[in-house]
Amino acid sequence: MSSIFDLPTGMNRRHFMSHLAGAAAMAAPATAFTNTLLANATDLKKRHKAAILLWMGGGPSTMDIWDLKPGAPTGGQFKQISTSADGIAICEHMPLMAKQMHHMSIVRSMSTREADHTRGRYYMHTGYVPNPNVEHPGYGSVIAHELAEQVSDLEIPPFVSVGSGSVGPGFLGMTWAPFVVDSNGNVRNLDMGIDPTRLDQRLRMLETIENKFIGEKRGGSAEDHKKVIDKTVKLMTSKQMEAFKVMKEPKDVQEKYGTTGFGRGCLLARRLVEAGVPFVEVDLGGWDMHADIFPTLADRKLPELDKAMGALVSDLADRGMLDDTAIIWMGEFSRTPNINGGGGRDHWARSWSMVVGGAGFKRGVVVGETSSDGKEVVTEPYSSQDVMASVLKSLGISLETTFTAKNGRPMKIANSGKVIKELFT
Amino acid sequence: MISGLMWTGKTSPREPAARVWPLRLAGWLTLLGGMTVTAGVQAAGPAEDEHFGVPQVKFINDQIAAGWVDGGLKPSDQATDGEWCRRVYLDVVGRIPTLVELKAFVADPSSTKRPDLVDHLLGEDFVDDYARHWTDVWTTVLIGRDVENEMVSRAGMRQYLRRSFSKNIPYDRFVEELVTATGANANRKNVDGFNGAANFLSGKMEENGIQATAKTAQIFLGLQVQCTQCHNHPFNKGKQNQFWELNAFFRQVRALRRFDGTRDIQWIELVDEDFAGESGNAEEAELYYELRNGLMKVAYPVFVDGTEISRTGYVPRTLEGGEKIGAHRRQELADLMKASPLMPKAIVNRMWGHFLGYGFTRPVDDLGDHNPPSHPELLDGLAERFREQSFDLKELIRWIVLSRPYSLSSKASKGNQRDDPSLGEKPKFTHFYLRQMRAEDLYESLLTATEADEARGGEEAAKKKDEWLSQFIIAFGTDEGDDSTTFNGSIPQVLMMFNGDLIKQATNTGKGGFLDRVAKSDMKNPAKITTLYQSALARSPSAKEISAANDMLAARKGDAIGALQDIWWAILNSNEFIINH
Repeated sequence: MSSIFDLPTGMNRRHFMSHLAGAAAMAAPATAFTNTLLANATDLKKRHKAAILLWMGGGPSTMDIWDLKPGAPTGGQFKQISTSADGIAICEHMPLMAKQMHHMSIVRSMSTREADHTRGRYYMHTGYVPNPNVEHPGYGSVIAHELAEQVSDLEIPPFVSVGSGSVGPGFLGMTWAPFVVDSNGNVRNLDMGIDPTRLDQRLRMLETIENKFIGEKRGGSAEDHKKVIDKTVKLMTSKQMEAFKVMKEPKDVQEKYGTTGFGRGCLLARRLVEAGVPFVEVDLGGWDMHADIFPTLADRKLPELDKAMGALVSDLADRGMLDDTAIIWMGEFSRTPNINGGGGRDHWARSWSMVVGGAGFKRGVVVGETSSDGKEVVTEPYSSQDVMASVLKSLGISLETTFTAKNGRPMKIANSGKVIKELFT
Repeated sequence: MISGLMWTGKTSPREPAARVWPLRLAGWLTLLGGMTVTAGVQAAGPAEDEHFGVPQVKFINDQIAAGWVDGGLKPSDQATDGEWCRRVYLDVVGRIPTLVELKAFVADPSSTKRPDLVDHLLGEDFVDDYARHWTDVWTTVLIGRDVENEMVSRAGMRQYLRRSFSKNIPYDRFVEELVTATGANANRKNVDGFNGAANFLSGKMEENGIQATAKTAQIFLGLQVQCTQCHNHPFNKGKQNQFWELNAFFRQVRALRRFDGTRDIQWIELVDEDFAGESGNAEEAELYYELRNGLMKVAYPVFVDGTEISRTGYVPRTLEGGEKIGAHRRQELADLMKASPLMPKAIVNRMWGHFLGYGFTRPVDDLGDHNPPSHPELLDGLAERFREQSFDLKELIRWIVLSRPYSLSSKASKGNQRDDPSLGEKPKFTHFYLRQMRAEDLYESLLTATEADEARGGEEAAKKKDEWLSQFIIAFGTDEGDDSTTFNGSIPQVLMMFNGDLIKQATNTGKGGFLDRVAKSDMKNPAKITTLYQSALARSPSAKEISAANDMLAARKGDAIGALQDIWWAILNSNEFIINH
C-alpha cells in the first residue's frame, strides 16, 4: 500500500497524508491557516511564465475600441483619445486603458474566415478550423501542457477558466481540461466532511475498482477518469486553493478592478498567476451586439472592460509580473463596419483587431492597418495561427514543438503559424 | 426473521417508501439465495447472426459486418447479459436497472429475453421512464441546457415533450408540430391555447428568426447553415441565398409578448400574421439580405432542395367571393421537410449516435456534402426503412438496440483495437465505445441505485433536477444562447461525485435508507457487498474487490454500515459506474 494513485508528479502516500493534514487544518481558525500560508508565500512566488487570455465572447466590435475610423460612414459614434503610447489612439470610452497602452500592442490586421460563434471560438482558441476527425487543444491546454514543468509544485489545475468553458483539451486529454470557476472564485463541493484517514481508505477501495476497469482495455476514458481523480485529490487538499479566494483581497484593490464579474475575474487571474498557474482565461461575454451597439458599448460594456483590464495591466506591471505574463485580448471575430438598420453591427471576421502585451512582446506599438472604412486589411493579414505562434514565442515556448495526436499523426504547435515579427523586433 | 419482512405488517399507507420496500428486499433475497456470486458476468449473448426475426436488424448487422471485412477488423465478443442490460436501460429509459430488474433479466433462460426486455422497456410499464428520458434529451436539443427566460418556458417545453413521447407520436408529426406551433408557450391558469411546442421557436424569433432558421435546419435536416447567414460557406456548398430563402419561411411568425396586467412578460404567444414583404407588397412578399460586398439581394421562400412555394405573404383565408388566397409558409416548410430524405437521415444519425456513442457523421447534426458518413448505405437504408415504418421512433430504437454492434463488449480485442474513433478514425463499431453518462442519467441512476425512485416523476422532480444540473452549465455569452457543461469528466464533476449533496444523500446511513436496509438484512457480508456491486455496476465483485472490501470492514472495526458506506462511495465514484460500457 505504498501509493494511493500513481500521480504523474510522483505524489506518494506520505505526501498525500501531509496534504490531508493540511486540509484538516482548514477547519482550524482562519488566522492560523493564513499564517501558514504567508510562511509559504515565498515558495509559491517563484518566477515563472504565464499567460492571461481575456476572452471577449460574442465578438466585440474592434473598430469601436482599438481601430477607430472617425468621420467614415462606417465609423460609428465614438471619438478617439491619445494614449500613453506614442501615436496610438483608442476609443474615448477606454480612458484607463489609454494610460496603460505603453505596456500593450495592438494588431490591427487580423483577417480570418470564421464568422460563426462556435467555429470562430474554436478557431481562435486552437489555430485550427473545426475538423470532424480530430479535436485540437486550445490555448489553455497547450500552454499549461508546455509550462507545467516549470511549476512542478503546482497542486491546483494549470489551466483555469473564469466564467466560461473555453475550448477543451482535445487530443491532449482530460487532464489538460480547463478548470472552470465563476468569477467569485467559488469552487463547489470542496469539503469532504470526513477524516483524512477514512478518505484515504475510500480512495484505496476506489483505486481497486478503477484499476480493474482500466485493465480490461475498454478505451482511454477509463484511464482519464482516474487521472482526473488524482488531480482532484491533489486540489482538494492543497493550501494553494487559497488563491481562489478573491474576496479576501483588500477592498481598495477590489474597487480598482471594478466590482463586476469581469473585474473580479481579472483580479482572480492575477492571484492565480501569482500562485503559479501558467494559464488563466477570463471571459467577458455579451459582445454580440446586433442592435443598439453604441449605447450598449458606451454605457455598459466598455467601462467594465476598461476598468478591469486597466487595473490588471497596471497591477501586473507594479508587481513586476508583467515581464513574465502575456496578456491576450480577443474574441472569436469582430463586427461589420456597416451599421445595420437596428443600429447594430453583425458578425465580421475579415478585418479586425486584437491586443497583446507583457511577457516577451514589444510594447506600445501598432501592427498593421485597415482601410479608411475598416473593411479591408491593407497590410499583411494575420491569422489565429500567427497570433498563437507569437504568444508562444513571447513565453519562450519552442515553435518546433510537435504534438502527437492520438492517431499518431504529428501536429505542429500553433498549426505552423508565423510569428508576427513587428511584435518582437 | 428478515427485518424487511417484519416491516410488512407494520406498513402504514401513509409511508409510501416503506410500502414499496419490503417487496423489493424480499425480491432480492429470493434471487440472491438461488444465485452464485458470478451471476451477471457470464458471457453468453445471442448468436452472431441473430436478428430476432427483425429484417431491419439483419440489415444493420450485414452492413456493419461488411465494414469490418473491408477494414480487416474482427468484432469483440458479446457483452455480458449484465452489461447489455445496464446499457439498454441507460440508453432507452435513462437510468441503470434496479437490482430486481437486473436479476430478473440475467436469470431469464429464454432465448428471446433480449427482444422481450426491449419490448418491455418500450411498452406500457415503462412509459413514464421512457418519456422522462427522451424529454431530457430533447429539451437540451431543442432549447439548450440553460434556457429559462421570459421568451422560453422550460416547463412548457417539457410538458409538450412528455406528452409526445408518452404517446410515441410519429416523428414526422413531432417535427411538424414543433415547426408550425402556434399558441401560448406557458401553461397558466388564465391562459387559453397553451401549446408547449411553441417553445422551440418562441426564443428564436429575434432578428427575423435567424436562430429559428439555423436550428430548424441543423436539428431536423442535419444542415449547418448558420455560417451562410453572412456569406457563402468557404468549405461546403452552402450558399448565402439558401439561408435567406429558408429564413423566408419564418417571416409570418410573430412571438408576441403577453403581459397580464403586470410589467413583466407572462407568456409568449406564437402567431402567424400576414407578411407584407420588405417593400409592402404581400402578393410577392420578399426579404433582402446583404452580400459581403454590401449589395442587397432579394429572397423568397425556397426549400433547401430548390422547391419554391408561392411568394404570397398572406396567411390562408377565404375572400368574400369564396376565393382562397394565401399560404401558410411554416406549414409548407413542414410538408417539404417531411417529404425530404434529409429528415429521416438526420434523426437516424442522431439516434444511432445516441445508442452507439458515435453517429455516422461527426457532429451528428452535420450531414453536409463536406462531411461524408462512415456508413452511407446503412444511413440511407435505415432512413428509408424508418419512413416505411411511419416514422415510429420506438421501432427505430428496437432495431438499433437489438443489433449486433449494440450488443458487443466494450473490451477492445487485438483484432479491433485500432478501431478507435477518439483517435479521429471513422467508427467501425467493432466494439461498444465508452461514453460517460449524461448528468441527467447519473442523477436518475443514483435514485435507482439507492432505491429512492419515489422521488421521481412530474414537473416538481424535473425542476429539482434542473436545479442540480445548473451547477454544471456554462453559457458562452452569445446571442445564440449556446452553452456547454462541466459535467464532462473534469474536476468539478469529480468534486461533485466526491463531496456533493447528491452523493451525501446516496451514501447516507440513515434509518430506512438503502445502506441501512442492506446492513440490517440477513445477508452475509459477501452477499451484502455483492448487492452493492450489482445495484450500481450490474456485476458481482472480483475476489480482489471482496478482499479490499474486507479490509474496509476491518478498518471500520466492525462498524458494518460505516464500511458499506465507504464501499458504496467508492463504487459510485468509479469509472465503471459513470461510464456507459
